[in-house]
Amino acid sequence: MKSHKLSLLLVTGLTLTAAAACGSDDGDDGGRPGAASGGTAPVSISVNCEPPKTNKAQRATFEEDLAAFQKENPDIKISKVTDAFPCYDPRTFEPKLASGDLETVFFVNFPNVGRLIESGQAADITPYVDEIKTFPDYNSSIDLFKKDGKIYGLPTDGYGMGLVYNKEVFTKAGLDPNTPPKTWAEVRAAAKKIAELGPGYVGYGEYSGNNVGGWHFTASIYGRGGSVITPDGKKAAFNTPEGKAVLENLHQMRWVDNSMGSQLYIDWPALMKAMAGGKMGMMLGAPDVLIALRNDFGGKFENYAITAQPEAKALFNGGAGYMINPKATPEQIKAGLKWIEYEFLTPGKGQLDYVRAKGANLTVGQPYPDLYRPDTPSGQAVDELRKANANIDAAQFAGWVEGSRGIPPKAEPGPYAQEIYKVLDTPMSAVLTRKDADIDQLLSDAEAKVNSLLASKS
Amino acid sequence: MTTASVPAASGRRGQPTRLRRAVKRNLTAYGFLCGALICFALFSWYPMVREVILSFQKTNFVDPPEWVGLENFRTILQDPAFWPAWINTALFTLLALVCGFGIPFITAIVLNELRHARAYLRFVVYLPVILPPAVAVLLFQWFYNPDYGLFNQILGFFHLSGLQWLNSTSTALISLVIVSTWMNMGTGTLIYLAALQTIPSELYEAAELDGAGLFKRIRHVTIPQTRLILLVMLLLQIVATMQVFIEPYLLTGGGPENATVSVVYLMYQYAFSFGNLNGGNALGLMLMIVLMVFSAIYLRVSRDNTV
Repeated sequence: MKSHKLSLLLVTGLTLTAAAACGSDDGDDGGRPGAASGGTAPVSISVNCEPPKTNKAQRATFEEDLAAFQKENPDIKISKVTDAFPCYDPRTFEPKLASGDLETVFFVNFPNVGRLIESGQAADITPYVDEIKTFPDYNSSIDLFKKDGKIYGLPTDGYGMGLVYNKEVFTKAGLDPNTPPKTWAEVRAAAKKIAELGPGYVGYGEYSGNNVGGWHFTASIYGRGGSVITPDGKKAAFNTPEGKAVLENLHQMRWVDNSMGSQLYIDWPALMKAMAGGKMGMMLGAPDVLIALRNDFGGKFENYAITAQPEAKALFNGGAGYMINPKATPEQIKAGLKWIEYEFLTPGKGQLDYVRAKGANLTVGQPYPDLYRPDTPSGQAVDELRKANANIDAAQFAGWVEGSRGIPPKAEPGPYAQEIYKVLDTPMSAVLTRKDADIDQLLSDAEAKVNSLLASKS
Repeated sequence: MTTASVPAASGRRGQPTRLRRAVKRNLTAYGFLCGALICFALFSWYPMVREVILSFQKTNFVDPPEWVGLENFRTILQDPAFWPAWINTALFTLLALVCGFGIPFITAIVLNELRHARAYLRFVVYLPVILPPAVAVLLFQWFYNPDYGLFNQILGFFHLSGLQWLNSTSTALISLVIVSTWMNMGTGTLIYLAALQTIPSELYEAAELDGAGLFKRIRHVTIPQTRLILLVMLLLQIVATMQVFIEPYLLTGGGPENATVSVVYLMYQYAFSFGNLNGGNALGLMLMIVLMVFSAIYLRVSRDNTV
């Protein structure tokens, strides 16, 4: 009898658990349409990308802003804040969207913006952007969030590519850290000298897998004045002298100069770790790489500097921004945009409060986020605040600032960027792993694959 | 008429009673069965049904899903990595069977023959299974490093030139097989060891009296006596190794030049890198159908054994 009761209890328990699992949507009503409407009740939203607990100083400023924003806007309640890292995780994005767990305001990095717009997974915010005071001051980074005259999000972080280098390694190799390479020939010569320092030293590091190889190929070909796809987005455009030059340069450094080591860097942290390790001379990267090396990879910050991408004719536009849950109500969209404006876009407030950042011992003075045109009120205000409160050596970024001035930015290659990057991983890994790599053939094969991919999408 | 109706009536009366008794007697079993059924339904069968549905739909999880017929399958078939992924998966499975099937069996035979330190050696063989796969994979990442990795140091000790391991299209896949074999051989070895210990020692004694040496004993006693477990393990291993993912995901990212991209890795890319969950589901359905064939053979083999 006892065992019968036990089994019944077990079955009931499991059924209830299962029912609860099926029925539980979320504990937060912030992302659901209609949750905010009705009478005088405050509109409820949820936000993500709170800095992780390990980043205590920045987390504290974020929490301070959450409280201040709600105090300033008593009709808005931020009911849920998530700190999952990375802020945009493609593995959880769609499950969260399907289950109603996706935050009202969600972070997105540039490579995924086009795809989310294309698949209708971000709200159209066009009718509301006029309420954002700094919106007219945006530089071209806002273009990435536009499609067919509509706006689907706001960039909050933006930067162009450059050449990150280790000053200490340069000095050891007998190179002058104050005159970093300006041409690819100089990069090659410097890399060779660094590699000659001995085992473990790598002159120049580059990605080759997991789509980051293709991503850096894109940055390199943009720099040389080339493109990855045609302006109409229907054909591949990288099987050109510029594309060939990118691969030939890497092949020469790897196999003729032996200045790239034999380790393959197949994901973003792999090369960052190698750079932070202190035995790598140079890598392609944006100014945020310096801060990431310091904050996330334990690199000795003062050893690193960034200069302009050699011979650059265009700079790959990297960065991130925020979009709004497509299931959000108009009230939630307005409230969400208000939060983005407060936290990321207003000079002197939120993350652009450089007085507070300096006091909190956060780095101030790095030339990003680069959001506003320099001749606009917002652009000038950010620049002045940044200069006035700088607590890092501006010389670490000076080469990049000076050298990149006037070079036009260039955006990701369309909504299928990740698929294209996957195809471009192959020529990148081939030149770094095969001495006999046939560059013409590699480019031709990749071109055919990308053309077939784009044809299938259209 | 009367005589015919009496047993029928008593049967109608008796059947529910017997049924009730049977239900009452087995209530505990049904209880436990229900628990398992609910878990399977929620976490295995429902996702499988959803996978089939999603592979014929286009959905963004915002608007109602749209039925698109075979479009997702067409997209997958046009992917330049589709056939390399299947070829790599088949090659990996084949190589993993050669290594991952033979090595544990031989290890089990050796362990079975040992007279000393058996418990210790069994533990050592099983140890890699205890390690989290990500840790084991990262360990091998260091072993395979062409500049300072353990394997090239060993080769250097014997004055042999080092290999590129994961960096070369010709050695990357076999490098993954080595990792997979090392990580999983503990379980196989223990199962084979258990099977070996069920073989009556009289058979070996009789073989020895007939003048059979070690290899003849293995060939004529050990293998025939463990034939069934070998076959079942072979099929289970095919099903498991065809789903290889963690090794290419963590060690090579499918490269170099797609040399290690597997079907499940490609599925992952579709679902989570390209945001094409429906395409990932279509590929998953293809793999499921292939694996179902092996599972059917497995069921047949298991049933033949129980009859």
